[in-house]
Amino acid sequence: MSMNTQGRPTGIGTSGSTAASGSALIPDEPLLFEIGDTEHSGVDLPEVKIDGSFLDGFERKTKLDLAGLTEPEAMRHYVRLSRMNHSIDSGMYPLGSCTMKHNPRLNEKMARLPGFSDIHPLQPVSTVQGALELMNQLSHWLLTLTNTAAVALSPKAGAHGELLGMMAIKAAQEAAGQAHRTIVLVPESAHGTNPATAAFLGYTVKPVPAKADGTVDVEAVKAALSPEVAAIMLTNPNTCGLFEPQVIEIAKAVHDAGAFFYCDGANFNAIMGVVRPGDLGIDAMHINLHKTFSTPHGGGGPGAGPVVLSEALAPFAPVPFVRKGEKGLELVEHVEEHALGRVTAFHGQMGMYVRALTYMLSHGGDGLAQAAQDAVLNANYIKARLQHIFSVPFPDYPTMHEALFDDSFIKDAGVTTLDFAKAMIDEGFHPMTMYFPLVVHGAMLVEPTESESKQTLDRFCDVMVELATDAKAGNTARFTAAPAKAPRRRLDETRAARQPVLKWEKPADLPQAAE
Amino acid sequence: MRYLPHSETERAEMLGVIGAADIDALFSAVPKSALKSFDLGLPAHSPEFLVEAHVRALAAKNHAAGDGPFFVGAGAYRHHVPATVDHLIQRSEWLTAYTPYQPEISQGTLQMLFEFQTQVAKITGMDVANASLYDGSTGTAEAVLMAKRLTKKSKVVLSGGLHPHYRDVVKAYLKDDPDLVCLSPSPEGQGDILSQIDGNTAAIVVQTPDFYGHLRDLKAAADAAHAQGALLIVVITEVVSLGLLEAPGALGADIVVCEGQSIGNALNFGGPYLGLMATRKDFIRQMPGRLCGETVDADGNRGFVLTLSTREQHIRREKATSNICTNSGLCALAFSIHMSLLGEAGFTRLARLNHHNAVKLARMLGTVPGVELLNKSFFNEMTIRLPVPAAPVVEMLAQAGVLAGVPVSRLEPGYPDVENLIVLAATELTTHADIEMLAECLHAAIEEDAQ
Repeated sequence: MSMNTQGRPTGIGTSGSTAASGSALIPDEPLLFEIGDTEHSGVDLPEVKIDGSFLDGFERKTKLDLAGLTEPEAMRHYVRLSRMNHSIDSGMYPLGSCTMKHNPRLNEKMARLPGFSDIHPLQPVSTVQGALELMNQLSHWLLTLTNTAAVALSPKAGAHGELLGMMAIKAAQEAAGQAHRTIVLVPESAHGTNPATAAFLGYTVKPVPAKADGTVDVEAVKAALSPEVAAIMLTNPNTCGLFEPQVIEIAKAVHDAGAFFYCDGANFNAIMGVVRPGDLGIDAMHINLHKTFSTPHGGGGPGAGPVVLSEALAPFAPVPFVRKGEKGLELVEHVEEHALGRVTAFHGQMGMYVRALTYMLSHGGDGLAQAAQDAVLNANYIKARLQHIFSVPFPDYPTMHEALFDDSFIKDAGVTTLDFAKAMIDEGFHPMTMYFPLVVHGAMLVEPTESESKQTLDRFCDVMVELATDAKAGNTARFTAAPAKAPRRRLDETRAARQPVLKWEKPADLPQAAE
Repeated sequence: MRYLPHSETERAEMLGVIGAADIDALFSAVPKSALKSFDLGLPAHSPEFLVEAHVRALAAKNHAAGDGPFFVGAGAYRHHVPATVDHLIQRSEWLTAYTPYQPEISQGTLQMLFEFQTQVAKITGMDVANASLYDGSTGTAEAVLMAKRLTKKSKVVLSGGLHPHYRDVVKAYLKDDPDLVCLSPSPEGQGDILSQIDGNTAAIVVQTPDFYGHLRDLKAAADAAHAQGALLIVVITEVVSLGLLEAPGALGADIVVCEGQSIGNALNFGGPYLGLMATRKDFIRQMPGRLCGETVDADGNRGFVLTLSTREQHIRREKATSNICTNSGLCALAFSIHMSLLGEAGFTRLARLNHHNAVKLARMLGTVPGVELLNKSFFNEMTIRLPVPAAPVVEMLAQAGVLAGVPVSRLEPGYPDVENLIVLAATELTTHADIEMLAECLHAAIEEDAQ
């Protein structure tokens, strides 16, 4: 077995001479099960005697077979693994619709104060008044920024918020004797969570086509509305990076038809402090605290997706919520005969509430508006610098916080959007969002956020221009073979799906031949 | 503003390149009536030390678990988290990475998830685990929906020992489902769930240790369910128990859902937490949430990718197994680091220590006049009955600095029978002095109440 520079087995492949063998500062790392064993442990705990008198015969008889590491081994394992990740702190992360902005470390410090991190969700309410006050303050900021009537803090992420918002709409329709409304309108450009959420609640999804300019046509919405339509789910700014210019007319048409307007707030970063969604006629909108308000993405979560609600939907907000009582703040955890009930145990993502409020207080109202304007400025700057060589599918409107390109500029070059994206990796950039929205062929959606300096944007644009020029010049190998400088070359995703290997098994336990 | 890199000069230069007269020109698609048409009335931006002072003042109004004797459990547990865990998860490369959609530059996150899935499969005794869900409660609701898809049957029965919040979340997810049967709370460990199983039953949901601390007979539940073609969903809110109790996979569970908070994650007033889900190999394609799988790269080197994504919303849209997108990646990392620090030896010792302290707690509570222990079996949590209503007693003890547990009435206000009950937990952090002080204060409070 080959060894890496740490004297550890690499347990990897056959070609020991590539970067992946763990040379120099490009690490490679075996699985923890290949390093540790069941005797090693990184914690010191006393061994105690147990007589089994309260275990009723349910003691474990099967083996755990769980590998352990001592503390120095664990430290090195996870540090070495971490270095195989790209991150915002190490470079630009222009993933459209993901809002990968700077994560201030004050937020982390505040979330770790024992007064927040070491309190239990079910300890007496009298002992957590500061936590409830923080939830109230966060609610105040969210309601003010959106000009809405109520907020449900508890959803755990954006899709969870969507689910809650659509549950509230369903409950409101039922309360109004409108249970026969079974259709939800969703534009074709919508994020996949929108149709998935509507279907989850038993709705039939009816797509709404976009106009040639990338925005939703109020006439198309009117044509699709009927007494069977419960709601429309619209993202604004939309997934093409455009503000829907007819959004107020659309809201009016939706309301006139007895339906509700669910707004996907994934792109709130473009307008926070500049436009209040409540002024546009929305009835419900989730806010991704992990996008707009900088709580870290953590490799895929945790997120937080509070939902703001209009007057009409406020009575359908789930438990729990905070209200002022005689002896200070109260946490309402039950409401008799409530239409919706609760969507999660306990009170939601407190750790994210602390980070988001800290971010808001740091920016202030003025700083949030400035951040939104800088995000929009940055996206338009990228679009302006690239549009002479990249193809812009919807040139009629200024873009908002993200710039959308299609693949027509490399159509005949033998290079796909995927190839182009992988070549960006070799230039030190995380690729943009690809092939989304689906309405644009070979879409490339670039969201720089407000966190990038002009210098970084210039370097990014220089690299993009150079890559596009090279692609057009027919240097396809640079693209189809990319990435070459990452910890791994392109990975075989088809094999992963066809022969799923979803956990490590001891080589001895694997079947020796075909089963 | 310290987080915004542009100077005014740069902003003007950039507007020049764009060809816009001012920033408002970039918002020209916004209806005039809605653009900056308001005064927010929010405070202006603030230096770091002032923000810190503001937030610290809020934190100072809370009684932290570490401030005194602490026995609160009921689905969230205070355990020691090694310093290494929190240090590692704050590394930029873990903390500020996105979902690993570009596997070539996300191998750290992906390999960690593969290791995490393996750890979860091992402790639950199941074939496969996913890369985490939001938490145990939403995971339970997802498991119920999964069982309905798998069996194409409609009836689901929730045990009376299931955490009341979990039950309420399932009810919300399955709103108006006439085939959802929720059994009444069973604080004495009683229950007739097996008699509820019929040919139309998709699944029964059994928690162990249950909400009141009792250990439930999974083998009997599995056998009864399987005899009717139903699935057994096992819910575990205290994942440390798996270090001492038999793995549900070995007892016939079909889907196992755990709240993983106990390992690696702080109490955080209820979130963010970590949903674990594990199942049988045959059921993978109906499992919600992300999955990480092993493959090779173009050079033949081992690598990891997100896989089987045709189950997920970004590919399948309205036909997806779930609408879930974000999961609990960083909490899964904390879990995985803590679990690899423990290893088999540490995890087993940790579980034994928890049970050991709980036995001490139970024995001490048995000496307090008027207190009745309802459990014949438990792991680290138990239910006691007082001669008086529990909520005021718990409040009285909190004023004395002792957080004595959860009055069941807080979660089950609709059931007067539970008014005198408290659910209490002990962990490795519970000391003999804590237990003595609890017993003393409880004794005094009951006497005071009786007078």
